[in-house]
Amino acid sequence: MIRDQKLWTWHIAAGILILCLLGLHMAIMHLDALLGLFNPFGGHPIDWQNVAARSQSLFFLASYVLLLGAALFHGLYGLRNILFELDPAAPLKKSISWVLILIGLGLFVVGSWAAWMSFQNTLVA
Amino acid sequence: MSENKLPETIIFRIRRLAPRRAEEPTWGEYPVAYSLGMTVLDGLWQIKERVDSTLAWRASCRMGICGSCGMFINGQPRLGCNTQIAELGTSVVTVAPLPNFPIIRDLVPDLRPMFDHHTALSPYIIRHDTEEMERPTGEFYQSTEEMEQYLQFSYCIKCACCAAACPTCATDSQYSGPMALTQAHRYNTDTRDDGFEDRQEVLNGEAGPWRCHFAGECSRVCPKGVDPGKAIQLMKRQLVADYVGLRKKKPLAQLNVKPKDIERREGIPEAPEPTVTS
Repeated sequence: MIRDQKLWTWHIAAGILILCLLGLHMAIMHLDALLGLFNPFGGHPIDWQNVAARSQSLFFLASYVLLLGAALFHGLYGLRNILFELDPAAPLKKSISWVLILIGLGLFVVGSWAAWMSFQNTLVA
Repeated sequence: MSENKLPETIIFRIRRLAPRRAEEPTWGEYPVAYSLGMTVLDGLWQIKERVDSTLAWRASCRMGICGSCGMFINGQPRLGCNTQIAELGTSVVTVAPLPNFPIIRDLVPDLRPMFDHHTALSPYIIRHDTEEMERPTGEFYQSTEEMEQYLQFSYCIKCACCAAACPTCATDSQYSGPMALTQAHRYNTDTRDDGFEDRQEVLNGEAGPWRCHFAGECSRVCPKGVDPGKAIQLMKRQLVADYVGLRKKKPLAQLNVKPKDIERREGIPEAPEPTVTS
């Protein structure tokens, strides 16, 4: 099992990445009147044409997958820490870790697949 | 209630437990004659001498140096000898053993879990020049700035007040706790020490600083003004920097060689012969 020094470092790195990507999300969604970032068709940022245009971009595909990975790792590692503080026995700790890894990987695969399909479909459209 | 309004008799409400005789703790109430300048420890002595000789607690120096009399006084971990009743300002003083530790009897906590963690982190100078460590020939030079990096952490008296206040210690027995981690950081920062890698084996794992929530209670309750919360955050930074290869290695303190070719001035006596020889 990876040691806490490494996991905690990645936890912090994931937090910083989330901060940047959520900052971008906030800027796109809520500062559209000021910045007009990534809203090529004008109007509201969640209008279908704008959403489709963003999904078509490789930058957004990468950022969606990165945000998903970072958020899952950050959240699930935090949850693992909370559960470990309840002082479970060593075998239970191992089981908790594996269950969380599997949940994380499962959600990451599903989410990445959704982002990829959306990227491909918009290309086709 | 201010100091001059305190009544002549103070009630000590004390949690009693003799684990061999009873499983559940009970609360005893003891009247104590109050006098100006009286500490909680003085009150306990008065109870033991005049009311109930079976009351047990741990104390030694009576001046906030030894760290023996850590207790949970009016809902906060404090030293019994360092806490004046006037400072509490209440006519009822509630005293319980330090939380987060097994209880041996009455106000005596079993501090072995804390000291086991402490021992595991090698809280002493580690150097790999064995010959000098075994047969010292001089002193290691350290500048004032280098000393200030760890000085406040060396004031710790191991009273366990920090661990009693720590929310992580309350549930996680694997966590080393503020005292042990602060001492590990104290030695990791000392330029005479070369044991960073030796301590990493423990610090990088579950017993390390990673579960600290930075609640800051350890720093708030420390009777010696040590800031364990700061030590733990600095330690995290140091360990993360080490993982990403950015840790600045401190230059190891070198031996301050005794000056030669110096003549003794008149009237200054010779140093006495060493009393212990190898």
